[in-house]
Amino acid sequence: MGSSETTTKDEQPDLAGLEAGLDALESGGGDERPNAGRVLLTKVLPPLVAVALVLLVWQLAYWADLQKDYLLPSPGDVWAEYEEMWREGTLFEFIWTSVSRGILGFMIAVAIGTPLGLLVARVKLVRAAIGPILTGLQSLPSIAWVPAAIIWFGLNNSAIYAVVLLGAVPSIANGIVAGVDQIPPLYLRAGRMLGARGLTSVRHVLLPAALPGYLAGLKQGWAFSWRSLMAAELIVQSPSLGTGLGQLMETYRTLQNMAGVLGTIILILIVGVAIDLLFFSPLERRVLRSRGLLSRVS
Amino acid sequence: MAIALDKPEREGTTDTAGYAVRFDHVSKSFGRAGKQQLVLDDISLDVAPGEFVTLLGASGCGKSTLLNLTAGLDAASAGTISVPGGRPALMFQEHALFPWLTAGKNVELALRLRGVPKAQRRPEAERLLSLVRLQGSYDKRVHELSGGMRQRVALARALAQASQLLLMDEPFAALDAITRDVLHEELTRIWTETGVSVLFVTHNVREAVRLAQRVILLSSRPGRIAHEWRVDIEQPRRIEDAAVSALSVEITERLREEIRRHGQQ
Ligand SMILES: Nc1ncnc2c1ncn2[C@@H]1O[C@H](COP(=O)(O)OP(=O)(O)OP(=O)(O)O)[C@@H](O)[C@H]1O
Ligand SMILES: [Mg+2]
Repeated sequence: MGSSETTTKDEQPDLAGLEAGLDALESGGGDERPNAGRVLLTKVLPPLVAVALVLLVWQLAYWADLQKDYLLPSPGDVWAEYEEMWREGTLFEFIWTSVSRGILGFMIAVAIGTPLGLLVARVKLVRAAIGPILTGLQSLPSIAWVPAAIIWFGLNNSAIYAVVLLGAVPSIANGIVAGVDQIPPLYLRAGRMLGARGLTSVRHVLLPAALPGYLAGLKQGWAFSWRSLMAAELIVQSPSLGTGLGQLMETYRTLQNMAGVLGTIILILIVGVAIDLLFFSPLERRVLRSRGLLSRVS
Repeated sequence: MAIALDKPEREGTTDTAGYAVRFDHVSKSFGRAGKQQLVLDDISLDVAPGEFVTLLGASGCGKSTLLNLTAGLDAASAGTISVPGGRPALMFQEHALFPWLTAGKNVELALRLRGVPKAQRRPEAERLLSLVRLQGSYDKRVHELSGGMRQRVALARALAQASQLLLMDEPFAALDAITRDVLHEELTRIWTETGVSVLFVTHNVREAVRLAQRVILLSSRPGRIAHEWRVDIEQPRRIEDAAVSALSVEITERLREEIRRHGQQ
């Protein structure tokens, strides 16, 4: 489809060329991809160095005998705990029990929090009624729900999921409310001019426009899910439930195994960070970059 | 792919009505009862089918308000606005393109919301983009386009609505003079080719004369139709043509008079 086909009878032939020149001048060179070596140097190396430093300080503290060994085990002792779990084949079982619960709980929270957030954002009466409650719930530590959940549901998975949902739903709902509130009114008016009404408008304008704020809410929602899950698992113990990281930590505590407790804390941290790094951060970066809201320049 | 330059199919009845839009004693005031500010006062105006009319007026005289009323984004306080051809297309001063879509998908969304079947959307969007000479930019994101290109995509999106009436609210105000010149030529070409009726708002006198068949001058506070001129200069015109300049001088004089009147009150 050459541009020559668009030329018509009475048209000045130089206009197309002039325009092409202007476009080329104005739109610049486009994004340049950073090379792998640079990414390694600026993004990967610094956190690795930081972790190495923390391990070093820890090891030095151990060597300096600041505390008795059963109170302050060395990094090596913790590593030995991992090795043992690995040999028994239980390491990934513990992690997976918690992660699968976390993901399922998070997905249910998304399914509830998203429509709830949309309602709060778009319906004045709903916002007036439950907006403040949602914000309040977000600042309530989810561990406060554990006793109530146990009384309602007993020592079972339902109690755990209830705590996760009560922790995550408000933050996801608030995320989408914030996302919708930040939409420039111009987009909504443009959508209306194109004929988008009601659900069509929600689907083609409101949701995509609110996506950056929504993603931030999802990210926070995951953090809340994970935290609430650990709080619930620490307390809701029952042989039939299987062993998640929270239950594992509680077991180590009763055994007075500090290396095991520390090791579990580290695992909880690693899982939380890994899900963020592997899933949410790339997603968020992709969305922001595709809208020109994130520059590649370091 | 051959590019059809015939008029897009339209579903309305502009031709039988004899006008593309009719303002019948339209007034608009803002604010609560008791502290009302009259912005538009008794505007009566017809835009003929296929006509190009520019609305000229000082900043704050109510030009955007009038377009918003026409577009149905707001309701008039008195009087009626009839648009027999159905919902008009509106081009905002800012491009108002959706940054989560590519240039091509922005146009396709307009087609989709108009009810164009899926299979026809892509070729139709490509046709519209080549109409504004952006055939190579289908997959470009909005932020990758220059200001002039964004306005052209916005124009393609507005044309995708296949409305009989195109409302334009200072669409070129933010562009540099060279780009604006080129877009004037494009707009004139597209208007000739599609036969769409255009109501174009600006506070740039030369731009108004360069583009229009008829220039309407609005006075300020409240906005009333102060005067109108027929522009009988043959298209394609250039903004620096002697005839365009001569009429611009005359209109500017009148505009200044209007503004001076406010200083004396
Ligand atoms: N929603 C609103 N509520 C109250 N006043 C408004 C509203 N919209 C516009 N006005 C007032 O109406 C007047 C006209 O505004 P309008 O935006 O139509 O002017 P304009 O001619 O488009 O100006 P410009 O050339 O600067 O775009 C202004 O005095 C403005 O303050
Ligand atoms: Mg305006």
